[in-house]
This record gives sequence, C-alpha cells and structure tokens, in this order.
Amino acid sequence: MSPLKLSRRQLLKSAGVVAGAATLPMTFVKIAQAAPAENFTFAYISDAHIQQIKGAQFVRNWDRGLIRAVAETNLLEPKPDFVIFGGDLAQLGNKAELDHGAEMMSKLKHKTHYVMGEHDYYLDLGEYWSKLFGPQHYSFDHKGVHFVVLNSVLTYDDWTFKRWPTAEQRMNEMAGLDNPNGSPFMVGEKQRAWLKADLDKVDKATPVVVLSHSPLQKLYKGWNFWTEDADEIQALLKPFKTVTVLYGHVHQIQYNQIGNITFHAVMATAWPWPYPQTYAKAKHMMPQLTVPMNRGDPFFERDATGWQFIDVATGRPTLSYNLYNNSVRTVGFNPKTGKPEDRAYQDPSKRIPPQTHF
Amino acid sequence: MKTTTWTHLVVLAALGASALAAEPALPPPPLGLPPVPVPADNPQTPEKIALGKKLFEDKRFSSTGKIACANCHVTEKAFTDGPLKTSKGINDLTGTRNAPTVVNAAYFTAQFWDGRSPSLEDQALHPFVNPVEMGLKDHQPILTLVRTDPEYQPAFEQVFGKKGDAITMKEVTQAIASFERTQIAGNSPFDRFYFSGEEKALNAAQQRGLALFIGKGRCVSCHVIEQTTALFTDHRFHNVGIGITEIQADAPALATEFLKTRATLAEVDVKVLSDKRTSELGRLVVTRTFDDIGSFKTPTLRNAALTAPYMHDGSLKTLREVMVHYNNGGVTKKGAKVNDFLSGGILPLELTDKELDDLVAFMDALTSPELAKAGKAGKKGEVKP
Repeated sequence: MSPLKLSRRQLLKSAGVVAGAATLPMTFVKIAQAAPAENFTFAYISDAHIQQIKGAQFVRNWDRGLIRAVAETNLLEPKPDFVIFGGDLAQLGNKAELDHGAEMMSKLKHKTHYVMGEHDYYLDLGEYWSKLFGPQHYSFDHKGVHFVVLNSVLTYDDWTFKRWPTAEQRMNEMAGLDNPNGSPFMVGEKQRAWLKADLDKVDKATPVVVLSHSPLQKLYKGWNFWTEDADEIQALLKPFKTVTVLYGHVHQIQYNQIGNITFHAVMATAWPWPYPQTYAKAKHMMPQLTVPMNRGDPFFERDATGWQFIDVATGRPTLSYNLYNNSVRTVGFNPKTGKPEDRAYQDPSKRIPPQTHF
Repeated sequence: MKTTTWTHLVVLAALGASALAAEPALPPPPLGLPPVPVPADNPQTPEKIALGKKLFEDKRFSSTGKIACANCHVTEKAFTDGPLKTSKGINDLTGTRNAPTVVNAAYFTAQFWDGRSPSLEDQALHPFVNPVEMGLKDHQPILTLVRTDPEYQPAFEQVFGKKGDAITMKEVTQAIASFERTQIAGNSPFDRFYFSGEEKALNAAQQRGLALFIGKGRCVSCHVIEQTTALFTDHRFHNVGIGITEIQADAPALATEFLKTRATLAEVDVKVLSDKRTSELGRLVVTRTFDDIGSFKTPTLRNAALTAPYMHDGSLKTLREVMVHYNNGGVTKKGAKVNDFLSGGILPLELTDKELDDLVAFMDALTSPELAKAGKAGKKGEVKP
C-alpha cells in the first residue's frame, strides 16, 4: 500500500508505533473549527547544554543526549514537517559550544527553527548564536497554524549592561539557580510591541503556537521558571481561540491551562530537573505536580531525559514524550475538560506505582 | 491484635506446607540462587524432567535428522557451543546469534537475546521451525513422532495422561522446559565468599576484581548482585555497542524498513536469525520503540569462563576482550565511533590493564564446581588468577 493511501489514523498509528506510543490516535477528538488548519507533526528537542571542558573536549553525557535525540528524530515516520530546538544549546554560550552543538544538530534531516536560551545568550548577548541560527524572534505560518518564536530570556537593561565587570561573570550569574545575583527573565517592551504588531495581522480563529525558552507563566522565580511580563504576553494572546505555549528550560514535563492558553513544557536531552522531595513537602511556589515525575537513575545517564514528537491536529499540539527507560507519555488538550491531560497516567489507578525497593 | 494476626499467619503457613507436600519438593536452590520459578500449570516431576531431557537430545526433530537442541547447547560446554561464534543448524547453516547457556536460563523473565519469547515453554517452540536451526516446515513431524514412537508413547501417557492426538506441542515444550529448569548452577567461589563468608574462597586478584565489579567498573548496575542471591542480570535490554556499531550507518534505513512492516513474532524469529543486519537492531524488532535500538538482554555472568565466545553475536573471543570493550565505553576498538543509540549506562571507564585483569579473574570465580569439572572443553579467559 502506498503511504498516500494510508488514512491519517493509520499514519498516526504507525508514527506512534515508531515513537513507541501504543495508544494512538494521540489526539483526544477532532473538533470542528472556523479556520481549517491542516494536520501535521513536528519534533521538539531542547536543552542540550553542550559544555566545553577545554579545547575540543566536551562533556560526553550532554553530547550523547543530543546525538541520540537527533538520530531518533531522523527515524520518525511519518517524517515531521520541521524540528524546533527549544534553547540552551550551549552551557556557557561560547563559540566552541555553539559550534559543536550546531554540528550535531546539522545531522537532522529536517528544517530546524531555533529558540534562544539564557545559556546561549548571556555571554555575547546572542551575537554568535544569531550568526548561526538567525533572528532571535520571528513568526512563521505552517499549514494554517501561526507560529511565534520569542526570546523570553531577556532581563532589565541595568542588570545586562551595567552590573557585571565581564561577560563571563554575567553568563555565570544568570546560569545559577536560586542566585540572589540573578534577574528575572522577560520578553521586554520592544519585543512585546513587535508581538502585538505581528498578532494584529492574524485572524483570531487561527490557531497560534508560541515557542519560548522560559515558561510564559509564573511558576518559580528562583530558578527562572518564570517570565516577568508573562501577564502582558498572555493578554496579547487572549483574543485568540486556540493558543498553545511550548517551552523548554524546566527540563521536565509540565502542563497547565490559563484561560484560553495551553502550556506544555518539554524534556531536556541533558539532565532532568525533577522537583526535589523537599520542595514538594515544604511551602513552595512550584506548580502542583499532578503526575510526579520518576526520578532519574544516575547509572543510566539518559534516564529522565527525552525529546518530543508533536502531533498538531486542528491546531492543537499533542506532545508525545520519548523517555528513556520509561514508557512514552502523551499529553494533549482534552476538549471535554478544557485543559491538557496526560493520556495514560492522569487516572490515579493507572499511574506507575512508586519504587519501593532497590 | 498482634497475636491474632500471628496465629492467622501460622495457619496459612501450615496449609501451604500441606499443599506442597502433595507434590515432590524441588531441591533447595544452590548457594547464591533463589528458588527456581516454576509455572503453576507446569509443575516439575522426575518423569517429566527425564522426558524433557530425551526430547532435548532427540536429533529426529530436525529436517535432516542430525540436529537436536543439545547440538548447540552442549552439556560439556556449559550448554553452549563454543568456540562457534554463532550456532550451526541443519546443513551447517549458521544463524546470527551466539548460543546462550541453558544453565540458569530458568531465572530469566524473557528468553532469547532480544527477549522475544516470554517463557522457556514458548522459547522451545521456535528453533524447531527456524530455517537456519532445525529447519522443520512446521511442528507436525515432531507430533507424529511423539504420538507413535514406542518410547515416547508411554512416557507422555505417564507424565501428562495423554496419548495420540491429545499430545500437542504444549506437552512437548512443557517437558523440555521442565528439564531446562533443572539446569541450575550456583555455589561458585564467589557465592562461598560473598554469601557464606569464606574469606579464602577468592584469591587476591578475584577480590580486587569483585571490588571493581561493584565499584569503578559499574558492572553490577546491570549484572545484579542482591542481598542473598545473585543472578548477575537486571532482566533488561541495553545497547552496549555490539553489532550495532558495525551497521550504524545503515541503522536508520534498516529500522525504518523494519518498522514499516507488520511482522509477527514468528516472522521476526526467522528474520533476525537469517539476516545479520536486521538482527543487530536488537530488541527494537520486539518492542518497536526507539529506546531498544541495538539493545540485547543482560546475560547472567555465572559460568561465563566456560561459555566463550561472548556477546549476542559471539564477536568477542575472550573475557579480556569483553572488559576492554566496556572500558572503551562501548566500542571494541578504542577510538572507534560510538553508535548514536548507545545505552546511557555505558561510558569510558579508564580502568588500568591490571584492573581489567582483576575483573577477568573475578569472572573465573563465578564458575560452579560441577560445571568446571564437566567443562574441560570450554574456553577459559586468557588471564589466570
């Protein structure tokens, strides 16, 4: 049978099988919509954190994560229309790291759109990154869906330009967690003005997908799971019927619904940031974890890392998380409840019981 | 309240004991091994075990009348067929995989190198009809034999209470599996050292090897040692850079081609043993998930000194070569390109030559005494402790 004769359901089925999800179709239901968007798929790789040790020596673990994600993405059937890289290709933003990362990414057989991460940005304020990958914010239309890429890791000019004696120190300060010298991420006034102008041209029935490195919602400021002007951006997105924000940075699966906006986080290829148990117990500002993430097994370095295969049907992305040493997890928007849900594990009776012996 | 619970437990225990007494008890497992798991519908009996052994050794169950299970699982070679890299079936046809030992296979939760079979019973079905193994077109010739042979007829009637057409491959494979469940070997110098506290059971090199095995060598993360027993496997599947490294340029095309097909497991069985390149996709052909590209089952290490050559394809001649492969971080030749899908557990270890020798010495300490005696024909690791 020629692939063209396969129905979409069959195509999705084979795609899912390749990606390991046995419980397809991935989307909950197809819903009628005003502006018909075509269905398509794309892949999302993020947070590789390629780290130079010295000279041509790089941290092997992070290299292997990106190499494997790229190699597996190349095996997807049906082929994704494009790939998103969600930011933090480098660890400390230098040319060697960005070049090495770009070389590994060049093995991808698909067109790739890049998002700026803070680890890419704060050494030279994105100069070399832009030489390699192009503009730091832009939009494009694909099969009836309007995609917007933002640089959401900017911060106050005073912090960026006046505070630090060297670019290296600026980079290191921004890379720290719970760092009192850090500064909150933001999209900033200038880029918001661009965003407004960009969105003004788009029909409000057109599905919008926003790609940013940081969450365009306020989760936890100490780790910059946070965007300072999230409220203003959400307001700009409010008139649209279907909006999805996909972000990296948090190295874990998160999903949330604020009004009309559906939020999904993606996995890192480098390392996981599961919430430590202490955070879950003490009073904290993390979003509630409805499905706790399995902790990484430190022996298997790829454990609790992963990448995403994303199915866009009627303008709504459904994320299939390819997780090593774990079952594939699929999170998509459920129109019945009006929020994103984990396909398999939301029901407590279906969750993987915690490990009690080792 | 506590007393009540306790009484209740005692009653249950007593009931359990009397229920067990109706059947011949299994011999207690040897030092270092847990009780053998036996399926509820296939209890061990001496007669069934004897029948299974006869079936295991019967060469008539092949298209040429020359190949029995025992041809590739040779008793004197710890139930393997070294020095062959991959086994020889009918007409000297070779497959793609090294014959794994039957010894302690009863403990595995999945059979075959890629785990495509869930039990010893199911596993026994496939080599009969694989074209490069015993080469039968279907199982009918076996059934005809066991239903009419003057020795098999009374044996099947005694063991299963069945004769004629009532005998099916279920009974045949149950008997073979029962025999295989008796091939258990522990009580190695390691077991005496580790579980019985016999300090002199291991020599100095072997003791250093054990420390490396548990520590810097990272071996124990997959070749598991538990508190009271050690199977030296995690029952999982890993890409350790064997086989896949040679076909890595073609792996994407091969994987895509395979995933587009809808092969049944029986078709997979034929394909992986007759096509080396597909074979190297490992467990991907079973689970169809990316995570399993080039991954194979963690074998037990018990009696490894007797079962050369090594790895799923028999590509490494000695245990020393195996240690070097792991020390290089999943490539046999130092500096060769690591395959893209390598397991996250495999990384360069930077062990010294002496440390590698110690690890090989430790492997020698995993040999069970009864197999060491029978296994003169088996190959030993290069380095003597």
